[in-house]
Amino acid sequence: METFVRRAPRAAALVAAVVLLALPPFVSSFMLSLLTQALVWAMLAMSLDLLLGFTGLASLGHAAYLALGAYSVGILTTRHGANFWTALAVGVLLAALGAAIFGLVALRATGVYFLMITLALGMTVWGLANRWVSVTSGDNGISGVPRPRGLPFDVSGALPFYYLVLTAFVVAFVILWTVVRSPFGKTLVGIRESESRMRTLGYHVWLHKYVGFVIAGAGGGFAGVFWAYYNGFVSPADSELATSVEILLMVALGGRGTLFGPALGAFVIVLLKNVVSIYTHRWLLILGVVYIGTIVYAPEGIIGMARDWLKARGRAQLRPAPSP
Amino acid sequence: MARKLSITALVLLVAVALALPAGAQKGPIKIGFLAPMTGGAAQIGKDMTNGLQMWLEENGHQIAGRKVEVIVEDTQGQPNIALTKLQKLVESDKVHVLAGGLFAHVGYALAPKVDQLGVPMLYPVMAADDLTQRKPSKWVVRNGWTSSQPNHPFGEYVAKTLGYKRVVSIAIDYSFGWEQVGGFQKTFEEHGGQIVQKLWAPLGTTDFAPYLSQIKRDADAVFALMVAQSALRFPKQYQDAGLKAKLPLLGGGTTFDEFVLPSLGDEAVGGISALIYSAALDTPQNKRFVTEYRNKYKKVPSYYSEVCYTTGRWINEAAKAVGGEVENRDRFLAALRKVEVPDAPRGPVKLDAHGNPIQNVYIRKVEKKDGELWNTVIHTYPAVSQFYKYKPEEFLKQPVYDRNFPACKHC
Repeated sequence: METFVRRAPRAAALVAAVVLLALPPFVSSFMLSLLTQALVWAMLAMSLDLLLGFTGLASLGHAAYLALGAYSVGILTTRHGANFWTALAVGVLLAALGAAIFGLVALRATGVYFLMITLALGMTVWGLANRWVSVTSGDNGISGVPRPRGLPFDVSGALPFYYLVLTAFVVAFVILWTVVRSPFGKTLVGIRESESRMRTLGYHVWLHKYVGFVIAGAGGGFAGVFWAYYNGFVSPADSELATSVEILLMVALGGRGTLFGPALGAFVIVLLKNVVSIYTHRWLLILGVVYIGTIVYAPEGIIGMARDWLKARGRAQLRPAPSP
Repeated sequence: MARKLSITALVLLVAVALALPAGAQKGPIKIGFLAPMTGGAAQIGKDMTNGLQMWLEENGHQIAGRKVEVIVEDTQGQPNIALTKLQKLVESDKVHVLAGGLFAHVGYALAPKVDQLGVPMLYPVMAADDLTQRKPSKWVVRNGWTSSQPNHPFGEYVAKTLGYKRVVSIAIDYSFGWEQVGGFQKTFEEHGGQIVQKLWAPLGTTDFAPYLSQIKRDADAVFALMVAQSALRFPKQYQDAGLKAKLPLLGGGTTFDEFVLPSLGDEAVGGISALIYSAALDTPQNKRFVTEYRNKYKKVPSYYSEVCYTTGRWINEAAKAVGGEVENRDRFLAALRKVEVPDAPRGPVKLDAHGNPIQNVYIRKVEKKDGELWNTVIHTYPAVSQFYKYKPEEFLKQPVYDRNFPACKHC
C-alpha cells in the first residue's frame, strides 16, 4: 500500500510525459494547437507559482511579463527580422528588467497591498501597450509575427513548433524545479511560513523575495516569447488584468506550491475554455462552477486534493510536492 | 510516401466524384461564423448572428442548391481566442467559407492567419481602414465598410450644407475612433471647416464630465464618436451639461446606432450622423427587411444585422457563380470578389479594386416617430468608395489616420 502511495505521483508524471511526447502526432491539428497553447500557459502558471505558491506573494500583474516577452518578439521579428535566439534573449531580459524595476516598488508591501501594487504596475504595461502607438501599434496590435527562424531545424509546421514549445516547457520546468529544491527555494518557503523567523535566523528576506520576483518575471517573459510566436500576433489584450487573473486561477486550480499543479491547472483551463465553448455559449457558467468548486472543496487545488486522497488511502506522509 | 498516398487518394476521390450523379456527392456548404457571444459585446454578436440566421431561414438553409450548415464560434471579442476559434473552424470543422468578427484588432490578428490557412473570409463588420488599403489580405473579402468611409462625405456635408465652420471632436481613443475622426477632419477642413479641438476618451468611458467641461464653447458644433456603453451614456450627459441647446451634436454612425437608440430618450433627438445603413431607409427592400426582422427578433435591426444578413446573400451569389463548387477555393474566392448586390437592404453594394464595398452613405438625423427613435435619412451620397473622390494612389500615399494625423492645425 505504501509503495502505491509513493509511486502514484511518479506514475502520473510519467503518464503525462508520455502523453505530451507521443500523442501529438495523432491528434487533430486543432487539438495540437490547444496543447501548444496549454504548454505556454503552463509555463506562465509555473513561473507565477514561484511567487504565489513558494514565496506566498499573490501577484496580479503577471501578464505584464507575458506582454514584455511577447512584444519583444513582435517588434524584433516584424521590424528588424530578428532570429529566434535574439528575440528569446531580449524577451527574457526585458521581462527580467521589468520585474527588477517593479520588484523595487512592489516588495515594499505585503498581503493585499502587494496585490494592489502589482495590479497597478501590470496596468502600466497595459497602458504602454495601448498608448505608445509608435512602438506597439496600439490596440491594433502587431500582426504577421513569423514562426521562429535561425534554429537548426524547421519549425514552421504545427507539429515541430509544438515540440519546440514542449522543449521550452521542459527547460522552464527543470530550471524552476532546481530553484525550488535549492537552499534558495527552501528559504523562500521559509519566508512564506514566517518572515520574522527567517529574519531572526539571519536571512536577508527582502533580497530573497526580490530575486524570486525577478526569476518569476523572467519566466513570464520566456513564456511570452512563445506566446507571440504561437499566435503570430501581439496585442494589448495579452497584458490585460483578465490575463493576470487567469494565470492566478490556473495556479490556484492546479494547486499552488507544487509546480506540477499550476501546469495541470493551465491545461484544464485552456481545454475547458476552448472545448466547452464549442458546445455551449454558457461555458463561462461552467468555468465559474469549477472555480467555486475548487475554492470550496479543494482549496489546495487538484494536486492538493489528490494528495489528500492518497494520504487518506495510505495513511502515509508524503512530501508536499510530487516528483516529476 | 505520405504524399504519394494522398495524391492517389485524391485521384480516386475525383474519379468517384465524377462517376456519381451531380449533387449527390456533396455534403452541406459549411460556413464558419465568428462573433462575440459572451463579454461586453455579446449583444452585438447577437445582432450579427441574427442577421445571418434570418437570411438562411428565408432561403430554406440552402445555398446554390446545397444545404448550409453554420457553425458559430464565440470570439469573446479577444484576438487570441478568435485566432484559436478560426483554426478550429478551418481544421476541425473544415468550413468552406468564414465570416464575421468584431473589433479592428481582431481583424488585424485574423487576416494573416486567414491567408495562411487559405480559406476565404468575409469581413462584414471589422472596418479598420488598412485591411483594404495599406495592408490588404489575399483571402479576406471585406463586404462591410472602412471606418473613415462614411465620414469623408459627412465632413463635406457638415461644412457645405450645414455650414458649420468650427467643430470640436470628442472620440473614443482607439483606431476606430482615430479613423472616423481623421476621415471627417480631412474633408471638413478641405471644404473650409476647422477642427478647433480634439478630445480623446479611453475605450469604455462612461463618465464624460471631465471631457464635456473642456469643450470650447465658441465652436459651432461637436462631432462625437461613441461605441457601445459610451454611446448609451454620452447623449444624456451632453444634454445635462447644457451643451445640447448650444452646440448641435454630430456623430459617427455608431454614436446613434439602431443598437443604442431604444435605450436613449429625447436627449438623442436631432443628432446627425453618417453610416452605410439606416433602419429608417425608405426602400421596399429595407422596409421588408425591418418588418421581418422585428417580427422575428422583436427589435429593430442594427447595421450589424444588415451587413450579416447581406453576407448570407453574398455567399449565395458567389456559390451560385461557381455552380456550388465551393471546394475550389481559388475560384470561390474570385467569385466572392465579383459579387454585386444591387438591392441589399442598405442599397447597392459592389467591391472596388482594393476589395472594399462601393456603397451609399446616408446622412441621418435622429427623429422621434410614434414614440420610437429613428435615424431618418436626410441625404444620400450614392456609390461612395473608401477613397471617396480621391485617386486611390494619391490617397494611399498619406499615412493611415491616427491620433495625430491629420494634425490639429487650428487647436
